[in-house]
Amino acid sequence: MELDFIHKPAGHCENGVTANMMRFYGFDLPEPLIFGIAYGMFFSHIPFIKLAGLPVSSFRTFPGALFGRATKALGFKSTTERFLIEENAMKKLDEKLAEGIPVGCVVGMYYLPYMPIEYRFPFNGHNICIVGRDEAAGTYTVSDPNCIEKVTISRKDLQKVRFTKGGTYPLFGQMYWINKVPKQLPDLKPIVLKSIQKNCWFMTSEPSVIPFFGCNGIDYLASRIPTWKETLGERKAALNLAQIIRMLEEIGTGGAGFRFMYGAYLQLAAQITGENQFKEFSERITAIGDDWRTFASDAASIFKRRKDACTYDHVAAQIAAIGKQERAFYNDLVKVAKAVK
Amino acid sequence: MKVEDVPQDGKFLVDSVARDVCYAVDEQGNYQAVVSKGWDVKADALQIVLDDVIEQCEPIRQRVLRHEVSPLAYHMEKNLMDIDMLADNSGISKRKVKKHMEYDEFQKLDRETLENYAYTLRITVDELVTVPEK
Repeated sequence: MELDFIHKPAGHCENGVTANMMRFYGFDLPEPLIFGIAYGMFFSHIPFIKLAGLPVSSFRTFPGALFGRATKALGFKSTTERFLIEENAMKKLDEKLAEGIPVGCVVGMYYLPYMPIEYRFPFNGHNICIVGRDEAAGTYTVSDPNCIEKVTISRKDLQKVRFTKGGTYPLFGQMYWINKVPKQLPDLKPIVLKSIQKNCWFMTSEPSVIPFFGCNGIDYLASRIPTWKETLGERKAALNLAQIIRMLEEIGTGGAGFRFMYGAYLQLAAQITGENQFKEFSERITAIGDDWRTFASDAASIFKRRKDACTYDHVAAQIAAIGKQERAFYNDLVKVAKAVK
Repeated sequence: MKVEDVPQDGKFLVDSVARDVCYAVDEQGNYQAVVSKGWDVKADALQIVLDDVIEQCEPIRQRVLRHEVSPLAYHMEKNLMDIDMLADNSGISKRKVKKHMEYDEFQKLDRETLENYAYTLRITVDELVTVPEK
């Protein structure tokens, strides 16, 4: 049994699952629109939360938040469930599939059999969508937004990935699905304007005493990088820097990628609202995304120990500059979004 | 980023079904979704972390060869787990997992337990019971 589900790969797992699911119900919305409406852009650098011994930085909002925000804003009704007993989690999934409902699951990366072995990290926060089941073979059909086509996974492995222990985020077989779709989409203009204001608020509103989130987080990261070499030694400093790049660019986390995605969203926002200034903001965030990528390649010259390597102070200055630009960007953007009638 | 600048440096992703999707600007200035095979900068960042893991494992490998610890200790470190995660994911108690870190205790394990550990670490039993020559 396989649902008539069109799979499209996406830049980010949760957006991708949400977009693919909505398309299944006849609402073909581009991924950046969903990302933007769910005000998904964020930044956090929390040195004391660690993944494999290295501090975690994140460029997007919390796992699970995007699906909830996007579906709610667009008038869908959805349900999210968590489980303590693994067998119940699988039973419920089978029930929903039998009803013809595609089901999103939050899973760990470690046991995903179709991922390249190098990506086998204890990262619990990946999103996939289950779209079919072959009872005789004991397998499920999976639409994973990080894959070019649908893949299959055995029941044993699926149960394992839904309950992978340890790592960043405890998994309780979390699954979610859409159970009511709107007759038609609501007027997008007010939703888009509100989402832009909220995203700006999330990036700039944190009081300066909390340094880990939003633009503060970017400044904070910039202030810490120059100290790494002294406090951690060369090896650990290089590893920390590599970790930032992995978080910035790796599958499922995005970074610069999210800035570009937001640029795509602002182009759509200009069309939807008729406010042409959003196009200029799209260009601005694209330039900021390009700066994040320049930072990434300069940082690589450090941890690759190339002869013409940049210094830690140099990359820290790059991030400080990006932080300044992003803050100005959100401050200006919110003014325009509020002024649109 | 422009569409033609989207990197296509295949390394880790080439042989799998996994791909990145990047958003980039075309000649008219409009955003497009572009499928990418990866970016060297990213692959390098991953490689240095993986190389470091191998480096950290070297002293453990030496100790396994001297029969001071079991091959399980080596494969646990190499496959990015710790005792807590290994115990939780295999369903074997932490006390027992600690015991199985001893070389002699590990040799006594039955096939079923070895298979459990091998599955938990995503390696084969043959790999689990030995360490690489060098």
